[in-house]
Parts: sequence; structure tokens; C-alpha cells
Amino acid sequence: MEGWRVNGSRPAILAEGLQKSYGKTRALDGIDLNVEEGTILGVLGPNGAGKTTAVRILTTLLTPDAGRAEVAGLDVVRQAGELRSRIGLTGQYAAVDEYLTGRENLEMVGRLYHLPKKQARRRADELLERFDLVDAASRLVKTYSGGMRRRLDLAASLVFSPPVLFLDEPTTGLDPRSRITMWDIIGELVSGGTTLLLTTQYLDEADRLVDRIAVVDAGRVIAEGTSGELKARVGGERLEVTVARGDGLEEAVGVLERYAYGDGGVRVDAERGYAGVTVAGGPGLLAAVVRDLDAAGVQADELGLHRPTLDDVFLTLTGHAAEPEAEQRVDEKEIA
Amino acid sequence: MSAVTSNGMQSRRHGKLYWALADGWVLAKRNLVQIPRIPELLVFATIQPVMFVLLFRYVFGGAIDVGGESYVNYLMAGIFVQTVAFGAVSTGIGLSEDLQKGLVDRFRSLPMARSAVLTGRTIADLVRNFFVVLVMLLVGIVVGFRPEAGVAGWAGAIGLLLLLSFSFSWIGATVALLLRSTEAVQSAGFIWLFPLTFASSAFVQTDNMPGVLKAFANHQPITQVIDAVRGFLLGQPVGSHGWQALAWCVGILVVFVPLSVSLYRRVASR
Repeated sequence: MEGWRVNGSRPAILAEGLQKSYGKTRALDGIDLNVEEGTILGVLGPNGAGKTTAVRILTTLLTPDAGRAEVAGLDVVRQAGELRSRIGLTGQYAAVDEYLTGRENLEMVGRLYHLPKKQARRRADELLERFDLVDAASRLVKTYSGGMRRRLDLAASLVFSPPVLFLDEPTTGLDPRSRITMWDIIGELVSGGTTLLLTTQYLDEADRLVDRIAVVDAGRVIAEGTSGELKARVGGERLEVTVARGDGLEEAVGVLERYAYGDGGVRVDAERGYAGVTVAGGPGLLAAVVRDLDAAGVQADELGLHRPTLDDVFLTLTGHAAEPEAEQRVDEKEIA
Repeated sequence: MSAVTSNGMQSRRHGKLYWALADGWVLAKRNLVQIPRIPELLVFATIQPVMFVLLFRYVFGGAIDVGGESYVNYLMAGIFVQTVAFGAVSTGIGLSEDLQKGLVDRFRSLPMARSAVLTGRTIADLVRNFFVVLVMLLVGIVVGFRPEAGVAGWAGAIGLLLLLSFSFSWIGATVALLLRSTEAVQSAGFIWLFPLTFASSAFVQTDNMPGVLKAFANHQPITQVIDAVRGFLLGQPVGSHGWQALAWCVGILVVFVPLSVSLYRRVASR
């Protein structure tokens, strides 16, 4: 088992060549993952990339066709029973019972973790407090809002304080305010030492929450690294200028061409008076551009240097956008 | 982490069977507290058999000859058994909803007994069926049902009805684990339960049925249970029906309990 050790310590989550097919559809085509203890891995990918299948295998719900995986040092197939008391899972849909109250849901989960009755009740109260559900504790869950259900669902996966936690798209379908609340809660969790694997199709979520990102597409990990590393793979920064009412756009393009890096060229959107170009970056760049624009008589409304977003990363790596909305935005730009 | 150590101790102190029962009971309680919270389910579970009672007692009953017995006395055993058998559909629907809402995923990721979701569901349905049968008994008495059973007769009839309820619930659970969608479970329920309950001695004597149908009706489990329950309730000799009914129910449990538990282990939601 030497090959399973990284830097002498055993990772909290390790997957090697996981494969899974449903009929002729290959959901996982050899996934490798490695998550060190106490860190967050974001598994980023579009719908149908295989994120949920991977989570289901790592949480013992599904057996892989090939490959192997260990979570908390236990084999997900051979030691599945033992493993279940060391993991928490919050799935894509809030898996809480609508016809029980919030407290009853948490107590039930506590009892199923084989906590004594009193302890299950105490733990439920603690979690209700922590997730701001005390007022709703005695109400049936069917009266809860979407955000409250997700919080209760997350609370349920924490009843037993598992060392490894899996969150499968924890904020999908939530309104922006509830998303931010969830992010705060997730952030707190990890500062407590929990190892976390989080799947998401939201690039901003991955950018904000996780230590490392595994980009998944069509059942494979196509890139892995920190957010910064992935952005660096896309190449330099983008210099963007918007001019008032299109005046001087041509001159602005002329200036930008001087700073162009690589063979992307200057992208122009005449309607918005926008011009953008990939640049090599470096100190003093922005000041130099301002001087040049000034000399060319261009009055810039907006001038900025942007680091590539994960959107750009995804597009570069896969040739398609991560989110449907993102795809639309890109299409609009290109058409314009 | 005090929670983890206490779990270790608790789990080690008791064996597998203890936890299978304890986990099953936690889930049974979960399903039982829901019954009064979704009253419409109980109401519909009762209205349908009441309509059957009224239909057969007043619409068809006059035209059906069952020998010496009054038709309403003949009918009620069939109604009880039919009601209990159709309870299997509720078991399946409940389980398929747990599957679709992702609850089964949660349960399967917990260190609980693999059988608990199914035992919890079937035990809760047993309790629910018991109450529905009591309501049907009252309805029967209102429309003229006059049982003549002694204590042993009542015990035999109720015991057999509960056993049938429990064993058919496991068939319902198996169907749900195979089909998964609530709509499919509901439609399938009618397909497998209609022939069993109608091609039986529930509403008519099987003597007048054509050959093949008669052979089926006389030898299938529902008829055995109906004839035994009818004998118990009317204070008539039960004959071999009691043992055959018992054997059928036990046989169904022996096949469908392990089958559904093994399906549950592998089931994928949605």
C-alpha cells in the first residue's frame, strides 16, 4: 500500500482510476482524487460530468466497476460498514423528512448513528442552535424554505461530527442570500478541521470556498490545482478598455495591439465601445497603457486589468462553458 | 469527540440483531408519527374499502348466491383481506417516495442496519392496517355483519390478517425497489393485486368459475386466507385453510424479506 501514501501521511480521500458505467453510458472514466486531511477539494464540472457518481461511490452508496478508493483510511467497498460512521453526506436534494419537525429529523439521524436518546437530543439542540433553526425546530419541515431545508440537511450530516464530509452541490437552487449563508457555514466547518469534498457547478463557489479544485468533464479529471494554478494555465491577464459612446475605439484598439501577448488578438465589441486583449502583465503596465491611451487621445470610461476567472479556465480546458448561463454570456460576446 | 467513542461502545455492547431491531423501530416510529400528520392518506385508505362494502352489499349482493350464509357475513372476510392486501401498495408508495426524495441515500450512508428502512416501513404499515381493519369492522356491523367468533376465532382472524398485511408489505417493498417511481408502483399494484383479490373467494364462491380460473382461485394465497378468516369469524370449521394460509404468508416472508433487503443494498435513487 506504499503507493497510497503521500508525504508519509495518508490522505483523507483517495481515489484511483474509478470507473462506473450505467448501461452504455460511461459516468466515470477513470477518476483520480487526492484530498489531504483538513482541506477542501472542490470538484467542479457541468451537469452530467460524473460528480455525483463519484460522491456516491466515495460514500458507499455505489460500488465502482473498476478502480479503488479509500476514505479516512478505509476502503469504500470492503470496509463500507465501518466507513459509514466516519462520513457525512449532504446530497443534491435536501434529504430530510418533510413530515417530521426539524428537531425530529436530527434526533432520528442521531439515533441511527446509535447515539443514546439523551445524547441524540442534546446534539440536535446544538445543531439547531448553530444553524439558526431554533425557532423552526418544532415545525414540520414541509413549512421550511429551501434555504432552511438545506441548512437542516447539512446539520443532519454533521450529527456525528464526521471527520470527512461530502457536500454534493450544496447550494444548487438556492437564492443568493441563502447561498452566502451556506458558504459561511461551510467555511466555519473546515476551520474546525473537517476534510471536505464539495461538488459544484458554480465557479464562484469553488473560487471562494475551496483549497484545491479538480475540474471534471465527461467522467475524467481534466485539471487539478489551486484556483491560482488553474488560472495561470489559461495564460496572462486581460486588459480591457471601454470608451464613451464608441469615440476613439479604433485608436484604443491600436494601443492595445502593442501590448498583445500570444496570438489571441484584440477582441472588439463596437456596440459597447469595448476592446480587450490578453497581456503578459508585469509592473507599470497599467500606467504605460494610460499614458499611451492619453497620447492617442482616447477618453476611457473604464480601464482594467483582469485576472482570468474560472469561467475562462473551464472554457480553455474543455472548449465549453461550465454553466449554461456562462455559455450564453460567451455566445453573446462572440456574436457581438 | 465524545459522540464517536460512545457509539463505539454502544455498537460493541449489542449484536447485529439488536441493532437491526432498534434501527427498524426508530424508522417505524418515524413512519407512525406521520400517519396523523397526513390524514388524507388514512382517509383514502379507508374510503376505498368502504365503497367496496357498499357496492357489494347493496348493488351486487342481492344477485350473488353464497349458499346458506347471508351475503354480508360472507362478504366481510373478503373485504378485510382485500383491504389488508392493498395496504402493500401504500408500503410501496411510501418507500418509492423515500427513494425519490433522496432519503434512502441518506439512510444508506448511515451506519445503520440495512434492513431497518424496510422493517420500519412494514411495521408501521402493519399498525396502520390494523386500524383500517377496525374501521372496516365497524362499517360491516353497521351494514348488518354479525360475526359469531369466540376469543380463539377473533385471535385467529386478526392474527392471520396481520400476518398477511406484513408479508404483502414486503412484496410491495420489493416492487418499489424494482420500479422506484411512485407512479409505476401505484399502477403495478393494481396489476398484481387485482387478479389475486378478485379471482378469489372474496366476493363470490369459486365453484361457479370456469376450470382454469377456478383452479387458480382455489390455490392462491388470498383465497386460503379469506376462507380461514371467514371460518374464524363465522364460527365455522376452518379446515386446512388455516395451515395453508399460514404457510403461504411465511413462505412469502422467507422469499421477499431477503430479496428486498438485497435490492435495498444496491438500489440507486431516481
